[in-house]
Amino acid sequence: MTAIGSAARFAPVRLLGRIHPSYAALLVLLIAIAFLTPNFLSPLGVMAFLRRGASLAIVSVGQLFVLSMGGFDLSVGSLITLAVMGSALMINNDPALTWHAIALVYLMGIGSGLFLGLVVSYLKVPSIIASLGALLSIKGVALAWSGGSPQGYLPDNFRQFGRVTYHDVPIIQVLPMSVVVLAVFVAICAWLFHGTTFGRLALIVGDNPRAADLAGVRVRLVRIVGFLVSAVSAVTAGILLGGFAGPAQDVGDGFELQAIAANVLGGTQLLGGRGSVAGVVAGSLTLTALFTVLNLIGLPKPLRDAVQGGILIAAVAYSVRRQGWEK
Amino acid sequence: MSEAAAIAAPARARVRSGAWLAPAMIVLCSLAAYCVAAAATHQTGQISVDGFVGLIQRTVALGIVALGQTLAILVGSIDLSVATLVSVGAVMASWMMQGQPDMMVPASLFVLALSALVGVANGLIVTQLRVNPLIATLGVGLVLQGILSASFQDFAGSVPKEFQIFAYGTVGPVTLSILLMFALALVEWLALSRTRFGAHVYATGGNPEGARLAGIKTARVVVLAHMLCSLAAGLTGLYLASRLRSGAPWVGRDGVYDLESIAVVVIGGTVLAGGKGGVWGTMSGVILFGCLDAIFTMAGVDAFIKQVLRGAIVVAAVAAYAYRTKGHVA
Repeated sequence: MTAIGSAARFAPVRLLGRIHPSYAALLVLLIAIAFLTPNFLSPLGVMAFLRRGASLAIVSVGQLFVLSMGGFDLSVGSLITLAVMGSALMINNDPALTWHAIALVYLMGIGSGLFLGLVVSYLKVPSIIASLGALLSIKGVALAWSGGSPQGYLPDNFRQFGRVTYHDVPIIQVLPMSVVVLAVFVAICAWLFHGTTFGRLALIVGDNPRAADLAGVRVRLVRIVGFLVSAVSAVTAGILLGGFAGPAQDVGDGFELQAIAANVLGGTQLLGGRGSVAGVVAGSLTLTALFTVLNLIGLPKPLRDAVQGGILIAAVAYSVRRQGWEK
Repeated sequence: MSEAAAIAAPARARVRSGAWLAPAMIVLCSLAAYCVAAAATHQTGQISVDGFVGLIQRTVALGIVALGQTLAILVGSIDLSVATLVSVGAVMASWMMQGQPDMMVPASLFVLALSALVGVANGLIVTQLRVNPLIATLGVGLVLQGILSASFQDFAGSVPKEFQIFAYGTVGPVTLSILLMFALALVEWLALSRTRFGAHVYATGGNPEGARLAGIKTARVVVLAHMLCSLAAGLTGLYLASRLRSGAPWVGRDGVYDLESIAVVVIGGTVLAGGKGGVWGTMSGVILFGCLDAIFTMAGVDAFIKQVLRGAIVVAAVAAYAYRTKGHVA
């Protein structure tokens, strides 16, 4: 109830004060990075960090819309892969086709989100199963389309979103385009989630779908829009990653779990009813900072995954304890 | 309501006359489709005792994992750590045995003990720390996979010839491992339908609060279910080590045992929220998956398209049950 009441007005400061031990964790990790890499505290270092974390932050904010309604969207990782591989195949080294390809991968994303929303709302398949099926199918499509290995080439006007950095910007000196994309995407989502009726309805649906239904909320429509936002976020992140890393058949692997982890760290309640965009962005940056620190101290990738698993459990256990053993 | 009745009445009452119908239909339709596909692709050799034994043999690993997953889902939980645990079991078994027959028993016991321990940890995180079971088991899976992949990069060790009897030994035309799977299914069915433990499982999954108020130690039931689920995954690891002669840290992940075991349990009619379903439904789901795989192979479907179809079939199969659900599903 408190979540609904306070979400009625967009009040980032209040949201900041209310939850999120994540902010403290983020601060500690950032200080650790600053000690490990001296030039981190320059605008260059901060922007490089934000650029690295941009795609995860975008997918996590998209995931918030589904999680806050009580669902899960496990298909985003595959969708990222499809966006990257599909763009590379469609563009096929012809810069003139970049915008067509981007429009088409967004259409695919919207199609996938719409499909998931309809399957969950009308066929009543639990979203965890529906999106798992979509994960398998979408990955299969991406692999079948490319023949199982990275094909094609992404021209510079596609890769600019993940790669280009503006120089000589006043005050902050440098500004990567991916950080601009991140800021715009997060601003739109923050408005949608905290500033519109839809955002409130999303939390109400997550809190109690039956009550929402009886109150006249179009639960199915709200759910479908949630899956659409999540799918669009995945495609956007895919376009950034395509510029950042180039085509590979495993670019999106693991993003669905990291996005859920970022949400959990950022105070989103699994099974719905509570969450905030600011918290999720902080949660995703915490995760990025954590990976950076673990990388800097030389921990191999498998052990980084292990640490992520432990933190995931600890974060949920902590948030449950905070809620005072309600259930 | 029905949950309360289940506690009061003998658990046997749960086995209604229609409970066999859906699983039987699934098995019959799957096998019919398999035969039609074999005939259509002129591979009639597949319609023989050997063909069917081979068909079932390929489902043994998924079948044993799914029998465990059935328990976890019935109590209202879920286990996403099974795939990793399969890898852990396979790697630890072959690494400890190093081809020596006298290490077979200690290594197997160690794997099973370790699995039980992981299951208890899963159960305690879910019941005592109140972590959502999806996140809890996902986290435990990540931790295990991380440690395993950091310690082993490739196939580790090997199992002795004697240990391969587990996977390849036969009794008449049927292999030992197929018999083991059906024996486990039978035991689990008896436990669920004829014992106090079974009644407690259904009660805990159907209405945890009601079950607790009725005096059932629900936390203990959930921990026990998780322990048995993990034991099944560890046993599958032993089976895979025996079948592959050695274990690698990716054998579980490659088999997608986490997602597929959940899928077959749900296809078998067990409700994800818990409290409703059973062993034979799960077994019918396993047979359905085995037949589909065989049909795709016979038809020469591309491996990636196979994956697309699998995803679609999981969703369609669950939809076939779920669309009648009243109210909204998240």
